[in-house]
Amino acid sequence: MSSAANHFKPLALELCALSKTFKLGGGMLHKSQTLTAVNNVSLRVPRGQVMGLVGESGCGKSTLAKILLGLTPPSEGDVLINGKAIVNANQKALARHIQPIFQDPYSSLNPRQRIAQIVGLPLRIHGIGTQKEQAAKVDEMLELVGLPKRAAQQYPGQMSGGQRQRVAIARALIMRPDLVICDEPTSALDVSVQAQILNLLLDLKDEFGLTYLFISHDLAVVEHLADRLAVMYLGKIVEEGTREQIFTAPRHPYTQALLASALTPEPGLGVPDIGLGAGQPDPTRPPSGCAFHPRCPIAQPQCSEQSPKLTDLIQSAAQGTTQPNHPRVACHFA
Amino acid sequence: MAHTLSPPVAAEQHFVGSWQSRLLRSTLNNRNLTIGLLIITSLGLVALLAPWLAPHDPYLQNTANRMVPPIWHETGSWTHPLGTDRLGRDYLSRLIYGTRISLFIGLVVALISGLIGTTLGVLAGYFGGRVDAVVSYLLTTRLAMPVVLVALAMASLMGGSMLSVTLLLGLLLWDRFAVVARSATQQLRDAEYVQAAQALGCSLPYILLREVLPNIAGALIVVATLEVANAILLEATLSFLGMGVQPPSPSWGLMIAEGKAYMFFQPWVITIPGSALFILVLSINLLGDGLRDLSAPGGRNE
Amino acid sequence: MSNLSSAERSTAPVSPLLTVKQLRVDLPVAKGTLHAVRGIDFHVERGEMLCLVGESGCGKSMTSLALMGLLPRKAQVNADCLDFDGVDLLTVSDRERSNLRGARMAMIFQEPMTALNPAYTLGNQLCEALRRHQRVSRKAAHDRALYLLERVGISAAEERMRQYPHQLSGGLRQRVMIAMALMCEPDLIIADEPTTALDVTIQAQILHLLRDLQQEFGTAVIFITHDLGVVARIADRVAVMYAGEVIETASAQALFQAPSHPYTQGLLRCIPTPGKTLPGSRLQAIPGVVPNLVEKVDGCAFCNRCDQADELCHTTPPLQTVADGHLSRCHFAHQLANPATINAQEVTL
Repeated sequence: MSSAANHFKPLALELCALSKTFKLGGGMLHKSQTLTAVNNVSLRVPRGQVMGLVGESGCGKSTLAKILLGLTPPSEGDVLINGKAIVNANQKALARHIQPIFQDPYSSLNPRQRIAQIVGLPLRIHGIGTQKEQAAKVDEMLELVGLPKRAAQQYPGQMSGGQRQRVAIARALIMRPDLVICDEPTSALDVSVQAQILNLLLDLKDEFGLTYLFISHDLAVVEHLADRLAVMYLGKIVEEGTREQIFTAPRHPYTQALLASALTPEPGLGVPDIGLGAGQPDPTRPPSGCAFHPRCPIAQPQCSEQSPKLTDLIQSAAQGTTQPNHPRVACHFA
Repeated sequence: MAHTLSPPVAAEQHFVGSWQSRLLRSTLNNRNLTIGLLIITSLGLVALLAPWLAPHDPYLQNTANRMVPPIWHETGSWTHPLGTDRLGRDYLSRLIYGTRISLFIGLVVALISGLIGTTLGVLAGYFGGRVDAVVSYLLTTRLAMPVVLVALAMASLMGGSMLSVTLLLGLLLWDRFAVVARSATQQLRDAEYVQAAQALGCSLPYILLREVLPNIAGALIVVATLEVANAILLEATLSFLGMGVQPPSPSWGLMIAEGKAYMFFQPWVITIPGSALFILVLSINLLGDGLRDLSAPGGRNE
Repeated sequence: MSNLSSAERSTAPVSPLLTVKQLRVDLPVAKGTLHAVRGIDFHVERGEMLCLVGESGCGKSMTSLALMGLLPRKAQVNADCLDFDGVDLLTVSDRERSNLRGARMAMIFQEPMTALNPAYTLGNQLCEALRRHQRVSRKAAHDRALYLLERVGISAAEERMRQYPHQLSGGLRQRVMIAMALMCEPDLIIADEPTTALDVTIQAQILHLLRDLQQEFGTAVIFITHDLGVVARIADRVAVMYAGEVIETASAQALFQAPSHPYTQGLLRCIPTPGKTLPGSRLQAIPGVVPNLVEKVDGCAFCNRCDQADELCHTTPPLQTVADGHLSRCHFAHQLANPATINAQEVTL
């Protein structure tokens, strides 16, 4: 898609300075710690696009997904879906616009319910259609995700991982949401099944004009699917841009390390030495300044003092605002 | 449109037959469960059919016929297969009617305590935080109370009767239900299907009753069997101590208490109700063990 | 390292460190018998990295547990040959086996937290691993532990020795596991998905470390994984498993350049590869699911998902030699090994 067109694309999702802090511990004997899981995150996702979100475990990407789904309120900031704020919005109204697909197809389906009940639940909860219409819709949806008709009467325990993930997709899409949060939807699946599910997700996106927020740690998958990409580290977005921008010219040292550690199936290349040091930071005690500096190969004294801002690399002087197509990066030396 | 979609996946036929037949098969494969179930069912039938099974009126006194020994004794007779007690009442009939008392108290106590404990445990596990703190406080308080002493004290205040014993034990024995329900719910709270239901805007009762409860029911049923056994033993204890079911009701505990004066010369007055109690509690525990094996991971959901 | 070991091999032909012939593992399950491993053959040379690769349920973990003797008691293990450097692992006594474990064969698990005892300090566990098998002084064990912790890239090793497993991050724990595996300088390390639970940057670091140490110490490693990217980067040789069988064995180079089994080819085609697959395009998925190993599998286990299967595939395919050291269990292995034929077939698809 041309970059000019992007300016005028309506936004499906906009995050404005979103933060979430948790209080940890705090009994009679020790002081409670605060954990900033999501720290001042701003992000815009144009309608019909796939926004990839990558980062290590504990970087806050799952908390972000929970906030978007309305499962936990943000401490600060706003979430706009189709231009409307969702904070304090009715959960049912929100559910019509945004639905999740979770990582583990073994725990995302209630083992005591039949597939027809699971997929039809959204319709029942929202009182859409008569029982007969609901059943017809469930059948249609199961066919759409490539499941045989008799699957409707089965229990999740009788299905393989790939089939369960198809059920989860059918449940997420039966109310035709605008936005789907895919939280590592294929990382629990075998590679041969992963390809089936990725194909299905791409087909359904075109079919229903969906917008995906695609959370993953598998860079090859993200590169295959995502139009845009945001990289998170310890609760902050450290780099954001289009797929080409990130994969061909990563600016942030963390993004560079991430890309270097993605192992493509090419023999003879060996394992890259990415030199990040052995330590992983403790999220309850984030390093001062730039949170990445203890592991950063190009860190300077300045990095431990000043926290770099997520800035537009090609500042448009006239407007002084962030342009949607410019890469943004949070590093003093980008 | 179908051509753009991924090919349907061939369903695996891992499971042969319906779940009913599978359940039956795994039940029969489990010896504890089969034995427990058999004994419980027959005792249940005995309790239900007591008026037809009992050869005599369990309350009918006949002082001329006191302390008749059971049939395996030299002086025993078929009129009183298990003999008579110190008031000349037919021991077999009293034993049969006693089954009713034991099973009734066991089941009702488990029901009451199950309701209290499950509610508290599920709420504590699901909400965590302050709700959990309150429930945990209640739980610690409850665990700090010696059940028998508290029940004795309360029963002496309220006066012993079948009703008061049932209520007291029901209000006291919820602790294990709460502990199990709480920890099982805590594990489920973050299960993705619960989150999916939350994200759909399902109501709290729906999530707790339809998404959480069916998935912790297996563990709770196991606790329930243990509590039934526990309640039966405690009723016998209280009745033995004179604060439970009152004479002339044929409670097994009471029968043991009434027989204790004759223990050395007519030991059967104690061994007969004692063995009945032993067999009942053993079979309930066997049933519980068997159910635990069935509901263990790998049973139903692989 | 591969230079070194091949040089060794050329001067004196030594027997492989581990030879497995017709290994079978049967597990009784509720619905019958699960034939988890169905007669597999492979060998491990001294000092080489052999990758066992396959999807979940293909029997790769069962194979490793069978080698370590860690299968549940009810499992039945049969083999024509299970030879570890002259020791027959099938008939070895429990006592000898536990002497072997740790001393000559070590294992690294996917989740180090379950493999480390939370009640003991790391130093304690590392030293214990050595002193259980060798008569060494406390001091010597301590020194070796310290040396290895530093070697696996743990800073302030002396301090770490006094810490407990829960005080470490996942990446550090896996480094400790590697150090522990190396304590007795074993001849063989079995690593079962050691990096699957880790983040990508940490995974790359751990793999780098493992490869370095393996070459430095000349240890043979059986590396079990489902990730073809990992396989390509670290393996000397690869054995691809499917439905309890080894369906293709080759050097890493040969396997990725000329895969000769439809399953291997399918696996390589279905992962998105930057530069090869067009972003947003459809991936070539392998249709269907793996066969149920509780039932008897007739003929080629892959034939229900294979786009090139014909009648012949209902008979069990033999292991065919495609090239030197490159074996494939497919009736059409020779045609598949020839790239020209593959291209022709792809065009007709």
